[in-house]
Amino acid sequence: MNPPPAGRASWATAGRLVLERDLRLAFRRSGQLVQPLAFFAVITLLFPLALTPELARLREVAPGVLWIAALLSSLLALEFLFRDDAHDGTLEQFVLSGQSLTLLLFAKTVAHWMLTGLPLAVMAPVVGVALGVPLQALPGILAALALGTVTLSLVGAIGAGLTLGVKRGGVLLSLLTLPLAVPILVFGARATELAIKGADYAGPMYLLAALAVLGLTLAPLAAAAAVRIGLE
Amino acid sequence: MDWTWFHRLASPPHVYRIAGTLTPWFAWPAGLLIVAALYGGLVLAPPDYQQGDGFRIIYVHAPSAWLSLMIYSTMATAAAIGLIWRMKVAHAAAASCAAVGAWFTVVSLVTGMLWGKPMWGTYWVWDPRLTAQLILLFLYLGYMGLRAGIEDTARADKASAVLAIVGIVNVPIIRFSVEWWNSIHQAPSVMKMDRPSMPADMLVPLLMMLVGFTLYFVAVLLVRLRAEILRRERASSWVREAATA
Repeated sequence: MNPPPAGRASWATAGRLVLERDLRLAFRRSGQLVQPLAFFAVITLLFPLALTPELARLREVAPGVLWIAALLSSLLALEFLFRDDAHDGTLEQFVLSGQSLTLLLFAKTVAHWMLTGLPLAVMAPVVGVALGVPLQALPGILAALALGTVTLSLVGAIGAGLTLGVKRGGVLLSLLTLPLAVPILVFGARATELAIKGADYAGPMYLLAALAVLGLTLAPLAAAAAVRIGLE
Repeated sequence: MDWTWFHRLASPPHVYRIAGTLTPWFAWPAGLLIVAALYGGLVLAPPDYQQGDGFRIIYVHAPSAWLSLMIYSTMATAAAIGLIWRMKVAHAAAASCAAVGAWFTVVSLVTGMLWGKPMWGTYWVWDPRLTAQLILLFLYLGYMGLRAGIEDTARADKASAVLAIVGIVNVPIIRFSVEWWNSIHQAPSVMKMDRPSMPADMLVPLLMMLVGFTLYFVAVLLVRLRAEILRRERASSWVREAATA
């Protein structure tokens, strides 16, 4: 690869800086960090209240509950992904910086996953226990959610980029993103279900991994195109 | 190869004229084929040995389901052409596709439900194809919602084009995942039972209906495209001249 012109950071440095910046900003405004997690816990709390307090019956619906709650909370967090940076002009500076926009947005998406997907995955076992999930299933649940939320963040970044130009685009963002998230939900919930039953859950995990690879390859390009259009 | 014909497609007045000329060439054959296929399907074709006359809804259901997917790919192709060659007419064509495709998806869902009542005993089962159609409907609604949400036409064009392309990449994945999901959670339904392949007197009207519906879609697309071009070009001189002439 050609060395960057004098005075411009290499792509690796640029990506790292964006990642660090987003992590630092998130820790200073910790509300953004905590709210999706609290939302995740509240949704899972609603299911025992609405269905039944019997752990045996909750265990049956636990995969669906965990995944739908994770889907909705990561959707909620998507609102924060680009909105502030679009308002204060940071995204425009990204476009003008001469660095690859795809790379910078990918770094932002990685930061977003570290701030929402990963904490959700780590929290899921705790919530899972409350839903009657056996302890030996917890590593599987954690792995499935960690892998699935990668793709969720990537797909969500496209949706967030596309709705940049839309006033009050929150509901639209859900309408765009949720149908695209169907495969993640299907494979993720199945992996979780198999893990809870104590069966081998490698199959759906491979499919989740395939989705993640496809998302890592293509989604940043689409997200960059979307953001570019949104800033016009 | 001579690409002039392709470049001329970028000119709205040219496309407006061509679309007007072509419309009857699609509309009439569509009408004739659909009427003939209705007669063939509803009168000439024998009742099914299992489903009796109930199967006849296939003559509306299958062509709608086919079109719902075909129109989405047409829309994504037009959107990609618009994005790559910056062709406004292609964006107008993609915009004209969405509502038609969404309606065919609704028709295939409703006829599927009506068919389900005698076959499955209930209007809705989580059959993989019905489920995938329902998701397709939401993809259409998202596309139309994004278009409606962005006021500036040029930006709405490009943003919705990206969405359509992302959508078309996802459609096969969604279909696969839904099939996979269903194969785990449900016993094979009546629809999946091995049946002898369709006899000619049932199949021919179905194929005619398929072609007829497709021609009908093209005709409607051309009419809608003309309206869309007029709406977009309302400030231009050729539209004023056409309007006052």
